[in-house]
Amino acid sequence: MTTTTRIERHHYDVVVIGAGGAGLRAAIEARLAGKKTAIISKSLFGKAHTVMAEGGAAAAMGNVNSRDNWQVHFRDTMRGGKFLNNFRMAELHAKESPQRIWELETYGALFDRTKDGKISQRNFGGHEYPRLAHVGDRTGLELIRTLQQKIVSLQQEDKRDLGDYEARIKVFSETTITELLLDGDRVAGAFGYYRESGEFILFEAPAVVLATGGVGRSYKVTSNSWEYTGDGHALALRAGATLINMEFLQFHPTGMVWPPSVKGILVTESVRGDGGVLKNSDGKRFMFDYVPDVFRKQYAETEEEADRWYTDPDNNRRPPELLPRDEVARAINSEVKAGRGTPAGGVYLDIASRRSADEIRRRLPSMYHQFKELADVDITAEPMEVGPTCHYVMGGVEVDPDSGAAYGTVQGLFAAGEVSGGMHGSNRLGGNSLSDLLVFGKRAGGHAASYTDQLTSRPKVPVGAVETAVEAALAPLQRDTGENPYTLQQDLQAVMGDLVGIIRREGELVDALHRLTELRERVAKVSAAGGRRYNPGWHLALDLRNMLVVSECTAKAALERQESRGGHTREDFPTMDPSWRRVNLVCALDGDTVRLEHKPLPKMRAELIGLFDRTELAKYLTDEELADFDALTEEAN
Amino acid sequence: MGSKREFRIWRGDETGGDLQDYSVEVNEGEVVLDVIHRLQATEAPDLACRWNCKAGKCGSCSMEINGKPRLSCMTRMSTFEESETVTVTPLRTFPVIRDLVTDVSFNYEKARETPAFAPPADLAPGEYRMQQVDVERSQEFRKCIECFLCQNVCHVIRDHEENKPAFSGPRFFIRAAELDMHPLDAKTDRKQYAQQEQGLGFCNITKCCTEVCPEHIKITDNGIIPMKERVVDRRYDPLVWLGSKIFRRGETPQSTANSAGKGSVVHSGARQTGVHSHAGGSGDPAAEAQAQQGVNWHREVPHPTMPAVDDRGRLPLTELTFDRAAAPSPFGDDVTFPLPPEHLNFAHPSQDDKPAGEGDRH
Ligand SMILES: Cc1cc2nc3c(=O)[nH]c(=O)nc-3n(C[C@H](O)[C@H](O)[C@H](O)COP(=O)(O)OP(=O)(O)OC[C@H]3O[C@@H](n4cnc5c(N)ncnc54)[C@H](O)[C@@H]3O)c2cc1C
Ligand code: SF4
Ligand code: SF4
Ligand code: FES
Repeated sequence: MTTTTRIERHHYDVVVIGAGGAGLRAAIEARLAGKKTAIISKSLFGKAHTVMAEGGAAAAMGNVNSRDNWQVHFRDTMRGGKFLNNFRMAELHAKESPQRIWELETYGALFDRTKDGKISQRNFGGHEYPRLAHVGDRTGLELIRTLQQKIVSLQQEDKRDLGDYEARIKVFSETTITELLLDGDRVAGAFGYYRESGEFILFEAPAVVLATGGVGRSYKVTSNSWEYTGDGHALALRAGATLINMEFLQFHPTGMVWPPSVKGILVTESVRGDGGVLKNSDGKRFMFDYVPDVFRKQYAETEEEADRWYTDPDNNRRPPELLPRDEVARAINSEVKAGRGTPAGGVYLDIASRRSADEIRRRLPSMYHQFKELADVDITAEPMEVGPTCHYVMGGVEVDPDSGAAYGTVQGLFAAGEVSGGMHGSNRLGGNSLSDLLVFGKRAGGHAASYTDQLTSRPKVPVGAVETAVEAALAPLQRDTGENPYTLQQDLQAVMGDLVGIIRREGELVDALHRLTELRERVAKVSAAGGRRYNPGWHLALDLRNMLVVSECTAKAALERQESRGGHTREDFPTMDPSWRRVNLVCALDGDTVRLEHKPLPKMRAELIGLFDRTELAKYLTDEELADFDALTEEAN
Repeated sequence: MGSKREFRIWRGDETGGDLQDYSVEVNEGEVVLDVIHRLQATEAPDLACRWNCKAGKCGSCSMEINGKPRLSCMTRMSTFEESETVTVTPLRTFPVIRDLVTDVSFNYEKARETPAFAPPADLAPGEYRMQQVDVERSQEFRKCIECFLCQNVCHVIRDHEENKPAFSGPRFFIRAAELDMHPLDAKTDRKQYAQQEQGLGFCNITKCCTEVCPEHIKITDNGIIPMKERVVDRRYDPLVWLGSKIFRRGETPQSTANSAGKGSVVHSGARQTGVHSHAGGSGDPAAEAQAQQGVNWHREVPHPTMPAVDDRGRLPLTELTFDRAAAPSPFGDDVTFPLPPEHLNFAHPSQDDKPAGEGDRH
């Protein structure tokens, strides 16, 4: 049967897998560099996950508070990530995001404005100044629609100049890539199928940009959609690239908890940025009890001070509700565990008693809408019930910070956006993702384009690899004795949610790894009923093996890292350990098994570490590193 | 605690298909999409349906539920009676791919034809200054999640495949309006474009699009009507009028019929002011009779024609001349949703000439 399979072939210079913010920005850059570019997406054009982002995009434009600048943003990012971030990425991100946001305006974006007509910026957890450019609470929609429309405008140029909309940039929507194809260690192309028809498609291209987003579908309670099966992470591993920081998953503190069917759907952090507070079932505003030492100096100690901050941020410290997400998620978890939770197992998020109904409807229109329609709750009159939900993976493809080129043995592979790792360290600040997509999307697209320029010969797709890929893709349809993919997905979600969740313990992690090994055997035998045309069961069956290998990376790394930091909390090692801060855990694939390695973090450049004061650094660095720091400052004096 | 509920779901592909009965467990707080997911996880693993966000933000999960175009992730099961059979069919205006998934590429083609934002030449990135009140008008339209429900209900294309080449549909009228109202867009001919290239004149302001928009965008009042009015203003200006005498595709010379001086060509609806019509105000007795019988998918909606301008050089706004705010919905004005299930069927266009199948009765 496989020999007669029809495969559509395409030739491109740059293939971008993923049509979210990162993918679209990369594609725009590659096309502007004159490359023939393909954009591939599992869903329809304009529906990628980025569409769901609510709060905003962080960029130190200083429109609302002129004291903001890239150095402050850099500091906040490093703090948020507990100093595990790749400092170079955090630096580039802080420096370049304002330009990337302004550029969006030239593509037609319409952000909310300040009184003097500039882009308005809002407060968000972990950001010292109001920094998030936003459009109500639908910023992601604005971002993706703007990029989508920019691509259309490039296509219109090509139509005018070359007579064909798709002469230089084409979108393959509802198309899933299942395998990257290599010529030696060079990327030669990508293989996949059209979801609509089930027909196979082969892209021959010397450069591939991965922008496939995250992995959240491996958890039951998640804000992520079906697309988030870790495809890009798995494709990269199988192509010989490496993943870092996979133990760090961000559990967003406020997901909906009721009704059960919407459990996990996000309640934007803007609710807290705009005045919402967290209360337990005793009506107590409990976050004041959970300010960790490292943040003590920046957060208010009384409700009065916290409340004054909204109007006078320069003379008051910020409310503890705006601590970084990992802290808030853990606090909620503790309150619920202590029996002070709501009936549905969350805590209350109250904005109704703090802002007027009009203001709530104007500033948080889609939250108002979401609760009204999904939970029958009027957030202008009642508090919301919220609890932690799996939201974002900090870990991802290990890349060169400047170019987005993947490390490991492979060449011609680039990654940007949520699928890449390092930028956010152990915990991402809200709003830093949307700007990350733009900054590193542009970089990856541009470097992929220049990579193809310096190639002397075009890599060739080996015939054997295509045949293997076809067989692997058809296998679930040809088996009829295996298990239903949906059952397997539920079992995987149970393992990850119960054993590799917010709070982790050694015994459970070991158990999780055993269960994942069992699941691996079952997934290898999965069977999908039905035919090749738009068959979601089949699609899930193919996604499962990606989810599985990525989950293994997370579980292994979580077991290895014996400390608690950011998105990784070990009950048996509850504190941060400075010596672990110097280590990145790197995953690679050895045949079928995940191999874990320790790799030292790159050392921060002197002028960057000089942006912090010693007392703060002392909470994160080892004595040895502090001695280095002291030597540096002495030199400077 | 869950209870068993009855569902009828259209299954098939471009070669045909029919409604299939399922009885499914439904729990408190669930939406229609949850039920579809449960079916996929149990008896129908290959049931095709699109979704992404499950929170009404991406516009993927559009379908027709008891005949009404809706987002399935935002349609709560509690809005139906316990005993009610819920019928789910694909969007009717677009060709079926499989089950609840339709080929919406028409919309992406129209999107590609609409000229993009033209940045002002004299402003560098970072220099854009706009007032909140000025951006708000366009922001309303930028809330659009591209669910294409408005495109699906617009009778101009719902019942007239042949109109598709000349008509972009409400989603793209508001795209044109959004750019027209953009404080810094450098192109000045958005309105003319909407009329000359997008077929704005085909729209007779039935407001069905506004009614189904899950983002509650006032498509007609805030988008289409202002575009119509000002297109006419421009065209009435003798200079602009001269310029636009070179007619483009799909346009009939009667749009300048004011020169004939009779002023007699007005929207047909206006002729029967005060008469309650169920069939688009066409006055066609056959259509009227058909419209009385609930939703009949094979109903001939009167062919929309480009209305002519009146003696003041304005496109007739049915608002002002008609017996109520707008002409009726393509479903017939007296049809209330949800419909009784026996009145429903999704008929694939190519099935039309086949003998009526199992689920075909109404
Ligand atoms: C509810 C929610 C709210 C958020 N709010 C914010 C916020 O306010 N601020 C902020 O900064 N961040 C926010 N985030 C995070 C941010 O939205 C995401 O991290 C970001 O959008 C990821 O973008 P991306 O470009 O990396 O990938 P995505 O936008 O997720 O796109 C991934 C793309 O890859 C495609 N793809 C995946 N696998 C394959 C494959 N195998 N073959 C082909 N294509 C494939 C998908 O179809 C999709 O097009 C939020 C996230 C969620 C879930
Ligand atoms: S008002 Fe009626 S005719 Fe006009 S675009 Fe909307 S649905 Fe179509
Ligand atoms: S205008 Fe409304 S109905 Fe039409 S596509 Fe946009 S969101 Fe959907
Ligand atoms: S799934 Fe996104 S709108 Fe319904």
